[in-house]
Amino acid sequence: MKALILWFNTTGSPPNFERFAARWIPVWFALAFVCLVAGTIGGLFMVPADAKQGEIFRIIYIHVPAAWMSLFVFIVMAIQAFIALVWRIKICELLTIASAHIGLIFTAITLITGSIWGKPTWGTWWTWDPRLTSELVLLFIYLGIIGLYNAIEDRRSAARAAAFLVLVGIINVPIVHFSVHWWNTLHQGETIRLVGESKMAGELMWPLIVMALATKFWFLGSVLKRTRAMNLEHEANKEWAKKLAGDKE
Amino acid sequence: MSAILPLFMAQCRRDLRLSLRRRGDVAQPILFAIMVITLFTLATSAEPKKLAELAPGIIWVAILLSSLLSLDSIYRSDFDDGSLEQMLMSPAPLSVLLGARILVHWVSTVLPLAILTPLFAQMLFLPTDLLIPLMVSLAIGTPLISLVGAVIAALTVGIRHSGMLLALLALPLYVPVLVFGAGSVVAASQGLPWLGAISLLGAGLVVAIVLAPVAAASAIKISLT
Repeated sequence: MKALILWFNTTGSPPNFERFAARWIPVWFALAFVCLVAGTIGGLFMVPADAKQGEIFRIIYIHVPAAWMSLFVFIVMAIQAFIALVWRIKICELLTIASAHIGLIFTAITLITGSIWGKPTWGTWWTWDPRLTSELVLLFIYLGIIGLYNAIEDRRSAARAAAFLVLVGIINVPIVHFSVHWWNTLHQGETIRLVGESKMAGELMWPLIVMALATKFWFLGSVLKRTRAMNLEHEANKEWAKKLAGDKE
Repeated sequence: MSAILPLFMAQCRRDLRLSLRRRGDVAQPILFAIMVITLFTLATSAEPKKLAELAPGIIWVAILLSSLLSLDSIYRSDFDDGSLEQMLMSPAPLSVLLGARILVHWVSTVLPLAILTPLFAQMLFLPTDLLIPLMVSLAIGTPLISLVGAVIAALTVGIRHSGMLLALLALPLYVPVLVFGAGSVVAASQGLPWLGAISLLGAGLVVAIVLAPVAAASAIKISLT
């Protein structure tokens, strides 16, 4: 535990983080790129079309990994927010904000690809299915976090307020999901089932896993890159940052 | 430990006195809710049968919006005249002071709405046997709205034009309250058991009573430093 906290504190100091990020960003992006290419080729060309849905089903190779990421990023973000608030590690505040932006985009991708898939398959762009509704609420929560961060002038307290909201949000997300589920069963709406992951044929499965890995790597690279940029921006007046930028003064 | 209750009562008395001196403010949320209901009927239909079907949802949304608009006033005046900072610096636990503040806010702005619900129900032709589920759901749901809203309002207290942002932040958190609150009435109208949703709301309320003042206190600390 002690070693972990020490590691956090040393890597968390802005100049160390800069070096850490500079080293790892290309690695994660390279891995993401390889997986993305492999998964896309596999998903679009190699696996056979689905027996019932035909070619349109291939959109799940974007949709499902993005949906997984929309929740995964929230969990990662909440852990970072917790660390940021409890141990006051500055870099974790930035990581939280960077994650929020990425999570928002993944959630938006999920909703958009879902509607594109839904139109030919269900015959409608949107349905008030519990999963769709809670994904929409998730989008609003992400937007709220970013909105709060942008609304407060002092960057430090903006990040802390946003981190606090993340922790409120992580309690709320499961409750929203549960309540919306209850609401939908009450209304006796037709429950349209998405393709169950476990029910998916094995041969269609591998590009999905590769794509899921690709999005994880992408997230790691992207979150480091965004945080690195914010970090440099905040530390622009410090000695080490000036030296890094080749400032000769 | 023993000093907490007198402290709580003293804060309640102060806040109650303050809101009594601005008695006119109490009418505003009520007028707003009545306006929303009127607009709903004008926008949808005046047919009693249709309105009765929509009534639980409309009443819940009207009360939700009305209390949302009054959220900002929980801390606004205390923030403007600096007493919020005094509370923060005082040795008394901030969560107790804020708990009192939230309670008074609920009593002075939201409770009148809940009490007037029979009037709203009459305006929308809600069947009389649904009035009890509606009142019970509001009695348990509206304190929950105030408590959750107080946490969010605490985060935005330092922002000057926070109205829209506050709504954007608070509404996603209100989804479960609205679903269970309005849902219990809908369940009752369909002859389904409706106490289950009320119990869940009650459970949420208990959790919120314990956690929300503490959370609001730490949110205030974040936004004031």
